[in-house]
Amino acid sequence: MFLQQLINGLTLGSVYALVALGYTMVYGILGLINFAHGEIYMIGAYLGIIYMGLFTLAGLTESHLLLSLFLVFVLSALTCAGYGMTLERIAYRPLRSAHRLSPLISAIGMSIFLQNYVMLAQGSSDKVFPHILPADPITPGGFPMSKIQAFIIAASFLLMAGLHFFIRKTRLGKAMRATSQDKTMATLCGIPIDRIIAITFIIGSMLAAAAGVMVSIYYGVVNFSIGYVAGLKAFTAAVLGGIGNLPGAMLGGLILGLFESMGSAYISTEFKDGFAFLILILVLIFRPTGLLGEKGVDRV
Amino acid sequence: MTKSLVSKKRLKVFLLLPLWFGLLAWPLMGWADAGSLTLVLMVSGITGGFIYRFFPYGWFGSLFGTLPFYSDLWRKRFEGRIAKSLLFSACGLLFTILPFFLNNYYLDILNLAVLYALLAIGLNITVGYAGLLDLGYAAFYGIGAYTYALLSTGLGLSFWLGIPLGGVVAAFFGLILGVVTLRLRGDYLAIITLGFVQIMYLCLNNWDSVTQGPNGIMQIGRPALGGFVFRTPMDFYYLMLVFVVLTAVAIHRLMKSQIGRAWIAIREDETAAEAMGIDTTRIKILAFVLGAGIAGVAGVFFAARYTFISPESFTFLESVRILSMVVLGGMGSLPGAILGAFLLTILPEMLRGLANYRMLIFGIALVVMMIFRPQGLLGKKT
Repeated sequence: MFLQQLINGLTLGSVYALVALGYTMVYGILGLINFAHGEIYMIGAYLGIIYMGLFTLAGLTESHLLLSLFLVFVLSALTCAGYGMTLERIAYRPLRSAHRLSPLISAIGMSIFLQNYVMLAQGSSDKVFPHILPADPITPGGFPMSKIQAFIIAASFLLMAGLHFFIRKTRLGKAMRATSQDKTMATLCGIPIDRIIAITFIIGSMLAAAAGVMVSIYYGVVNFSIGYVAGLKAFTAAVLGGIGNLPGAMLGGLILGLFESMGSAYISTEFKDGFAFLILILVLIFRPTGLLGEKGVDRV
Repeated sequence: MTKSLVSKKRLKVFLLLPLWFGLLAWPLMGWADAGSLTLVLMVSGITGGFIYRFFPYGWFGSLFGTLPFYSDLWRKRFEGRIAKSLLFSACGLLFTILPFFLNNYYLDILNLAVLYALLAIGLNITVGYAGLLDLGYAAFYGIGAYTYALLSTGLGLSFWLGIPLGGVVAAFFGLILGVVTLRLRGDYLAIITLGFVQIMYLCLNNWDSVTQGPNGIMQIGRPALGGFVFRTPMDFYYLMLVFVVLTAVAIHRLMKSQIGRAWIAIREDETAAEAMGIDTTRIKILAFVLGAGIAGVAGVFFAARYTFISPESFTFLESVRILSMVVLGGMGSLPGAILGAFLLTILPEMLRGLANYRMLIFGIALVVMMIFRPQGLLGKKT
């Protein structure tokens, strides 16, 4: 029972971590809470179902299951990257020098828009993931972990490691770190900050899309309203780890996922969604910088 | 001198942009819908382009810009004392006699508009005057409503005691939340209040033994004065109107006081305000608590008006709705908040035919508003 919950928590936590990275990256660079990020994740979940359905219709899933899964991830990530980029261009870039509240309200507006857009396009009822994956849990030695869970945890850690490498070792990553530290100075050094910000949104959206597809595989159902709560929780994870701090977002996501699965297993299922917000409030009261967020830490 | 009809910029705006949107929409909407979306965007873009050529102020200016433009003009015109008092008397007269010309359906909408005006006035203090983005405003509204509903059904509490009590309880919650969070940066406050409204909703929805969960509370007591019971929409209209006017006048006076000036100072520059000797934390908490208290009172009115409440009325979306009233009217403008409340209550009623597209348009409108007129209809440019 406990081990089972631990694994459920880790699975959930790695999904939160992936979404939290998007929040934290955007906050690190723009100082903006991208309220619409949760909707990008929701769109990713829908795209997972849509592309998978398409491949099933085409008969690809029967012959090449892994290939079609891979393609679903890539296509969803690309589409969401388009959404994220367009979102930044329309709703945030014109407001970059505006009053502090303006981009926040614009973000809320965009979130409402995207949510209703998906509702109109896809209907308000739940969408179900095509049954193509073997769902039985593998239990070597009574280890209660299903293939899907193992895949989600492994893929998330791989993506996070990849992102870490990208930020630390590549030229583009360096430019992103520079932009987050000082935009004016970065411009003076010849860094095209508009493009860097767009790339930040693209990477964040791709991670959110991956998380969305994973969730649609894991739970098997999606709804147009999942983005709002998931976004809030992922944001909580980002704050918990120290907003603007990448390893912090990963850690925060995992902790939050564990808390939630333990809380709903041992305390109350009805207040499952409440734990995240309780943690958020407690963290902000006692340690507003988050677990890993110290002054002077590199932010992206 | 003839210019080429096809330029790079035109190609981008009229052809590539609609194609891009269509491409984005394609996986979610399918071939047919995404294609027609692209066509609609192209046609409307090109139509807009033609209007732009023939109207010297630009199509945006001539179509959407006139309302804000005239509102600026009107605002300037009514800056004088006499003009102002004339305008207010005219408004007062209009609102006094208006119910006699309306049937119950429209009267109900008017009622709702007045209730929202009260909420918008309260939120305007927090967001508009002090610059604190409170996304959990509906939670305080709900606290007020549930306080009165529980005490009225349980103990038979009178409405007239419910009003101060609902306000005080909501303000108390605001105080607790404010004390622990207002030391933080602005964006964090937004998130905390968001979490607060979510927790409050969960509590109302799941704490069945007290709140009766999603079923809500029924048969809440109506207000009564002597032997007269406020029952019809018209009774309530006048009751609320009196209260809204009193609140508006009180807030208007408050803004001329030291506290009001301190709020404005904090909104404009917190560091400078602190340097001038303002106790920023205390003043911010005051704005937060006052806003919460007014929301609580509005909640009592809501509960007494409909005699039924359920958690669904106090969600985050309700917060956003009230916030957009303040934003539309102009943050920091008292008449703006009232105007915003009326517009955003009455317009959606008129757009009932567009039911499904209402929220879609609403979201876009918030973005457009922030980009083209962040100060709202009646707000002053900063």
